Amino acid sequence: MNIAALVEPDRVHKTVYTDQQIFDAEMQKIWERTWVYCGHVSQVPHAGDYHAVTIGRQPMIMVRQPDGGVQVLYNRCPHRGVQVVGNLKGNTGSSFVCSYHAWSFHLDGSVRAIPLAKGYEGTRMTRDNPDCGMKRAARVDSYRGFVFASLSDEGPSLPEFLGEARIGFDDMCDRSPVGEVEVVPICHRVIQHSNWKFFMENQLDALHPSVTHQSTGISAGRVEKRLKAQKSAVPLYYHYLSTFASSFEQWDAVQTINFPHGHGLLKAYMGLRPQDPDTLEYEALLKQAHGEQRAEEYLSRSIHHVLIYPYLSVQSPLQQLRCLRPIAPDKTLSEIWHFRLKGAPEAIYRRSLWYYNLVNSPATMINADDLENWTKGQWGLSSNGGDWVSFHRYFGDDREENGVTYSNHGTSEAVMRSQFRAWSQYMQAE
Amino acid sequence: MMTTDTKGAGRAIPSAGPDFEHLLAQEVVIEASQGAASTGAQAIAPDHSPRAPVRSTDAPPLGLLSVAATGADLQREVEQFLYRQAELLDGKHWQAWIDLFDDAGVYWMPVTREQTDWEGSPSIFAEDKLMMEIRKGRVSHPNAWSQAPMWETNHLVSHVALESVDGSTVQVRSRFHMMELRRDHVRHFGGTYRHTLVRDAAGALRIRLQRVDLFNGQAPFDYVLQIWV
Repeated sequence: MNIAALVEPDRVHKTVYTDQQIFDAEMQKIWERTWVYCGHVSQVPHAGDYHAVTIGRQPMIMVRQPDGGVQVLYNRCPHRGVQVVGNLKGNTGSSFVCSYHAWSFHLDGSVRAIPLAKGYEGTRMTRDNPDCGMKRAARVDSYRGFVFASLSDEGPSLPEFLGEARIGFDDMCDRSPVGEVEVVPICHRVIQHSNWKFFMENQLDALHPSVTHQSTGISAGRVEKRLKAQKSAVPLYYHYLSTFASSFEQWDAVQTINFPHGHGLLKAYMGLRPQDPDTLEYEALLKQAHGEQRAEEYLSRSIHHVLIYPYLSVQSPLQQLRCLRPIAPDKTLSEIWHFRLKGAPEAIYRRSLWYYNLVNSPATMINADDLENWTKGQWGLSSNGGDWVSFHRYFGDDREENGVTYSNHGTSEAVMRSQFRAWSQYMQAE
Repeated sequence: MMTTDTKGAGRAIPSAGPDFEHLLAQEVVIEASQGAASTGAQAIAPDHSPRAPVRSTDAPPLGLLSVAATGADLQREVEQFLYRQAELLDGKHWQAWIDLFDDAGVYWMPVTREQTDWEGSPSIFAEDKLMMEIRKGRVSHPNAWSQAPMWETNHLVSHVALESVDGSTVQVRSRFHMMELRRDHVRHFGGTYRHTLVRDAAGALRIRLQRVDLFNGQAPFDYVLQIWV
């Protein structure tokens, strides 16, 4: 597989989206090595609480320990290889027990009891053998409550991996008076019939909204305009939808910042500071908690969302997060979560909930059209109508400083070029 | 408890060879122990699964009113109303469908059955009449790209049960099954409708709340929903 021949600075070969061998290599060289998001600590508040999570092709379990830590284990019994938990989430009590032959394990994966242990005497499968425990992820770490695991001993630490893109988590948590968020325990799961890259590219693609989302933006804008004519205060959620129909020029004025490792950030002010009583109460709380200056800094951050390449989109100002779990070259599962700002007024949660419901629910009037584009994209790239995918827009125009690429135009395809730089580094590693 | 029984020693298994046949001739019977020492996993780790037993949930209050109490006319009127609701959706008569709702009407599809309020927690749909108008405007727009492929729906509504009648407010529960054709594939959605119906000035039924509990609402969605179910 000649990766270098598939990725050129201004274009990539279509097979990186369609080829099974390339997909398998991605799972092995990217997902099963780098830091992958598992979940938020508040998904597993009590000892024994667990969540099943897929890292690359590996079935894993994120589980809360008796000492309060969080561990990530392979969901596999060391005896005959059966998956130990069979559902997505739950509480396993003080131990895991395999449903096949009742081997049991402490919450850290170490073996607790082997049934009829006498039968193993004199073999190499006795309980003092570490192979009798459930295998752990090579590395587990968290940042501000967001848990990641790496299935490789080698590679950058989590802080090194996240780099500047950690602002996604900082921005979300800093908006809480106590600096923390907690998960809303509902996860929407949506399957896209396309390669995972379509999602990652689309997230920071400011050229598409006014085209793809035109119908929803116009329809919402019409109602918003009518309401504004009738009364002064119009709920923000109409704006969430109507803003998608902003002009090309407006979107072009928005900057993207492209970090090492393929991470990136789309700037844009979400209009989240209206002068209504709820917002004023919230801002006062934040100033009380963090001081005037820092609160102002947090509230005025210009972030639409932040990408952790190659699988996470963090929409920090509205406390939502979408995580990709690739299944096949043309099939990707997205897990969509929403968070509460601890200590913030209920009204602020509800305001962000509208965005979650309107844009990220399984009845979304926005992502529906994205999904349609990506399906058709996958089909188009599977055809013989052409070999290359173009990322030429504003090629050569972007500004680079210390490995960070700043676009001079929101609609620059700097985003995709940056993602593929990281992709080919991952894929060309030994 | 294991017992061996050699009475069947003469029984042959054709062409299995003499050695193999000899082994099989010893029939092994495994019986559950009768109140004796515990067996299997229990004997090794009595608390090996210290989780709470799974309880069945309480049955919902039946609350169904007999036709004698409500009158066959009301039952029939409500049924016809629910059938019309479904037919308007299948016929893509969006405005006529929205008009079935009272001015304060809400269409709500929660994620879980436990949710009780249409606002304040994540929903699949949570729409008042203005949001319905936005959705209608969107799917009717020529550039609603996701709606360009051929698509149709077909609803069945059944099990219509009046739960309560309080003045002009009727609480009714029913089941639905919707098949959706999209491009070349059919998807199935099923579940429970709960309608809170009121009367308008002319005495006609109107929807105050249409609650839709998808039985598969927490399973992954293969693509998304674009029209009310």
